[in-house]
Amino acid sequence: MEDMKVSMYQLYKDMLTSYLEDKSEHALYHAQQFSKQMMEQDMSPEETVSMHLSVFQDIADDLPEEVTDSFDLLLEVMIGYGLAYREHQSLRDRQQELESELNVAAHMQRTLLPNKKIEIDALDFGVVSVPAGKMSGDYYHYDIDDRGNFAVAVADVIGKGVPAAMSMSMIKYAMDTLTDKQMQPSVVLESLNRVVERNIDDDMFITMMYGVYHPDDHYFYFSSAGHEPGFFYTAKDDTFVSLEAKGLVLGVSPKVRYEEQKLKLDPGDFVVFLSDGVTESRVNGEFIEREQIVDMIRERLHMDSQEIVNEIYEQLEKAQEFQLRDDFTLMILRRKV
Amino acid sequence: MQVQTHVDINSEWGIVAARQAGRKLAREIGFGSVDQARITTAISELARNIYLYANQGQIKIEEVSAGGKQGMKIIASDEGPGIKDLRRVMEDGFTTSGGLGAGLPGVKRLMDDFSIESEVEQGTVITAVKWLR
Repeated sequence: MEDMKVSMYQLYKDMLTSYLEDKSEHALYHAQQFSKQMMEQDMSPEETVSMHLSVFQDIADDLPEEVTDSFDLLLEVMIGYGLAYREHQSLRDRQQELESELNVAAHMQRTLLPNKKIEIDALDFGVVSVPAGKMSGDYYHYDIDDRGNFAVAVADVIGKGVPAAMSMSMIKYAMDTLTDKQMQPSVVLESLNRVVERNIDDDMFITMMYGVYHPDDHYFYFSSAGHEPGFFYTAKDDTFVSLEAKGLVLGVSPKVRYEEQKLKLDPGDFVVFLSDGVTESRVNGEFIEREQIVDMIRERLHMDSQEIVNEIYEQLEKAQEFQLRDDFTLMILRRKV
Repeated sequence: MQVQTHVDINSEWGIVAARQAGRKLAREIGFGSVDQARITTAISELARNIYLYANQGQIKIEEVSAGGKQGMKIIASDEGPGIKDLRRVMEDGFTTSGGLGAGLPGVKRLMDDFSIESEVEQGTVITAVKWLR
């Protein structure tokens, strides 16, 4: 440590001597580079000021007393800057700690999402879900029950970040406790509503859309808890209609009934589930219209579901200059044959 | 007999007197100019805290030696309201963001050893030592 200080002293002395000789930009450039080295070695502003004075006293004869004395004042002022600098360093370390804690939490959260491949010949399924920050308030789910029915869901916690993410994991655990017999959309939402109502703050809400596809007869049943309406595409007419069902958001009231709708999916028909992060994407400062999302899907009807959702995400991400304002989830379920 | 000085803090003059006494002793013990300024700043902050939050109290400074090392000890004591949440006041960014200066984390950084005892409604005693290197 002391050796290092001695060598810093010598370097600074050489630099200052050379600068006083020729006043060159080159010497100043050296000083700028040297400051990085000083910071690397944890040299504080007050030590730097003190070193400057000692070096100066060393190379200049007969320094006026006022000059030397004036450094007392400068030193006193620099102590404050030195403290601010050290505090900054310690806050930066703390920030890195928080960041890595958050990374672990975000990783845990991702493991809550399903990741298995869907192997139902009649189905073409794709989903993309991207958080605005590290943690997501969106949740999606898909699963095949014992009878071979395929369940899908998208939920959106009102709010973002860590609190939203914690509520989201509650939805996941609550869903895990449901039995296959309960996989009827209105029943699922009713029981989730009870869990949410009991377990989260009054000022937090969760919206959700839940649907089940029956491969035997190709009916799709769904219910919504105040969720952003999805879309239903019919290949025969080449039209999109809004996918809506009446129902209150989860967590407001303990006893809520959810309307259940059913649709027949013919080959080529599909349903789209999404979170409001999709419809609230802003392009040039304006919310995009649901119609624009329909257009984006329509341009890609020839692709498979996963490609469609990926491309739409990429396009909207780019249009927003890679700054998502809200968690983004988009899901497509298409009957192939 | 090692040097000991008491300064009563009940006005800004007291703060200046404590600084002066601290700087003088630091110089006598042999601290360099940077450490003198650090010790003085620490005394200043401790004395200001007394003045601002407890109205009055005392700064004691003394020469210490242990294990062949020489140093200087500052003891700041008051019978003021005490500190309820010590962990909070020792947190970076807590006091400084309120514009209260270096705060206790700053004093801790300026010195080598630091300890604090505080009892609500009873008062606070802060002890800090700087060792000569």
